[in-house]
Amino acid sequence: MFRDLYLTFKEFLRTFGAMQLFFLRLLSNSPSIFVKRFNLVVQQVYNAGALSLVIIMVCGLFVGGVLGLQGHANLSKFNAEDSVGTFAAFSLIKELGPVITALLFAGRAGTALASEIGLMKATDQLSAMEMMAINPLRRVLVPRFLGGVIAMPLLVAVFTVIGLFGAHLVGVTLLGVDAGAFWQQMQSTLEMGDIYEGIVKSIVFGIVASLYAVWEGYNAVPTAEGVGRATTRTVVLTAIAVLILDFMITAVSI
Amino acid sequence: MQQTRSVELGTGLFVLLGLAALFFLTTQTTGSDTFSGKDSFKVSARFENVGSLKDRAPVAMAGVTIGRVVSVRFDPEQLNAEVIFEIDSQYKQIPDDSDASILTAGLLGSQYIGLQAGGSEEYLQEGSEILFTQSAIVIENLIGKYLFKQGADSSEEEEEEEE
Amino acid sequence: MADTAENIIEVRDLDYSRGRLEIFKGLNINIRRGDVTAVMGPSGTGKTTLLRLITRQLVPDRGHIFIDSVDIGTLNQKELYRLRRRFGVLFQNGALLTDFSVFENVAFPLREHTKLPNRLIRHVVLTKLHAVGLRGAADMMPGQLSGGMARRVALARAMVMDPDILIYDEPFVGLDPISMGVIVRLVRRMNDALGITSILVSHDVQEIASVSDCTYLISNGKVAASGSPTELQNTQSKLVQQFMHGMADGPVPFHFAAPDYEEQLLGRDVEQ
Repeated sequence: MFRDLYLTFKEFLRTFGAMQLFFLRLLSNSPSIFVKRFNLVVQQVYNAGALSLVIIMVCGLFVGGVLGLQGHANLSKFNAEDSVGTFAAFSLIKELGPVITALLFAGRAGTALASEIGLMKATDQLSAMEMMAINPLRRVLVPRFLGGVIAMPLLVAVFTVIGLFGAHLVGVTLLGVDAGAFWQQMQSTLEMGDIYEGIVKSIVFGIVASLYAVWEGYNAVPTAEGVGRATTRTVVLTAIAVLILDFMITAVSI
Repeated sequence: MQQTRSVELGTGLFVLLGLAALFFLTTQTTGSDTFSGKDSFKVSARFENVGSLKDRAPVAMAGVTIGRVVSVRFDPEQLNAEVIFEIDSQYKQIPDDSDASILTAGLLGSQYIGLQAGGSEEYLQEGSEILFTQSAIVIENLIGKYLFKQGADSSEEEEEEEE
Repeated sequence: MADTAENIIEVRDLDYSRGRLEIFKGLNINIRRGDVTAVMGPSGTGKTTLLRLITRQLVPDRGHIFIDSVDIGTLNQKELYRLRRRFGVLFQNGALLTDFSVFENVAFPLREHTKLPNRLIRHVVLTKLHAVGLRGAADMMPGQLSGGMARRVALARAMVMDPDILIYDEPFVGLDPISMGVIVRLVRRMNDALGITSILVSHDVQEIASVSDCTYLISNGKVAASGSPTELQNTQSKLVQQFMHGMADGPVPFHFAAPDYEEQLLGRDVEQ
């Protein structure tokens, strides 16, 4: 019993260590790939970012709309419905923007990355590159990692802004909050520090989500079943890591 | 080649959209551009109680932000709070007998310093001290007093009922 | 044994195990320059593993592999990658990059390793595709190809950097007789026309016999027999006879190792 526990813990530590080393290898190869193979990175920014744009915008609009509804319903109890803008902006910029975008990213781009890399491994494409004296880490993994890391903060910004307009649409256009009060209250309460917190979160989540996707794909058992499991693990692990990190960053920055 | 062109176009659009959103967030959702703090002079004031006044709280005159609080500290000798704030140097003609009070934005909003113009011919400048100050209204004290009074009233009523 | 200059690859006393399973135990193989050498053996004897060892995608537990008298165990990553450019490998299912067209697949090593102008790349790629008879399929995607065509494209890609050594992993599996004949002819023609060395891993006895100069039969982690196809046919070894004629039972038993049949049916092994 204790021996099992010990072995499980050891295995966990080993995987964790291997992942850190993998992360370092990605990082150390990143600058040269970014400079020399910029076109590969552009392709992956397109895959991870531009292709996720529609889902991000639709979700952002509705999340913002819900914030407008909830904020108005609850704040009007205190005659403070003018603060809907502040409420929506705080929630979106500091929490919902980065977290929901990261979860959507894991579901849309993360699974695509993991299954793509897993399939390349299962069909010997990575071995084939290796045999053509092309390092798959540099040719396949690093551009995908960088694409995700670059795309995430931009996606978060788009999500947040669309969300604010969703809140505006519901709060101002539908429920009749004064537009001036909506924006002015927001502007007088929010500080640059709040926005920095959101940006820091989006960068950290971008690194984590891309790392997990690439890692799971690269380490997938090279069978159809293994690739399927890798994509599931990508979403689950990213979600857990993002929520834990979100708590930690928030705790540090308050 | 046609395919790479559309990828580049899509990426370009996406990055532009993202950067525009970031720009919007940093400039339109905060009020930091109303006072830059570049060209300013420092003024101090002492308060019995600053309430929950914080660094970077606005300093307003006639409702317009003209400066920001730089520091709030407790003075162990005079046993009161010394607040130092900076005022945009374009406002050079504020009388030096103006009074400063700590006000609250809205019922539950954050606190700020409001200046009320005096009648002196001398103007505030770097290092001046505002002598006329009014402390923050601490809402807990107000509520406490109100409740105490209510409590006293209702207990009298209860006593009456019991009889 | 032939002298070193004649052998392009030498495998010496190689041990390799995966977990507790011993795959090779004291394996010795010589591959002569310019020959088509076949490695045969029952399924699960680690033929593909041997290819991965030779190209150092796997590291042996013990023993050495020399390529042109250089021990590949002593190479660093950069030297290894330089060495690998001398290899062309044809994977079992082709391993074509699914995102790229046939043309781009063949052009891939050129684009990665050279800065040749597009016109020249086009010229080289079309030449190689023509050699495997698929110049007309240049714009197709890998998903649209049949198994035999995919393998021919992979062959064109393996040759595009003009390698010294071509390695084929199970090139005949799952092909119809016509495609099989095409591949057999290609293997022989590439080898002789370009003066390269070919290594084939397979268990298709007939095809191997028609194409190879020298054949190694591997069993139980060792070389069980070697020689030209005719020499193998005439070997008295029971194992070789079983393999060459496809008999169900023999030195390689029909039954996987199991407890005594009667004991297990009667449930006695559980009681013990």
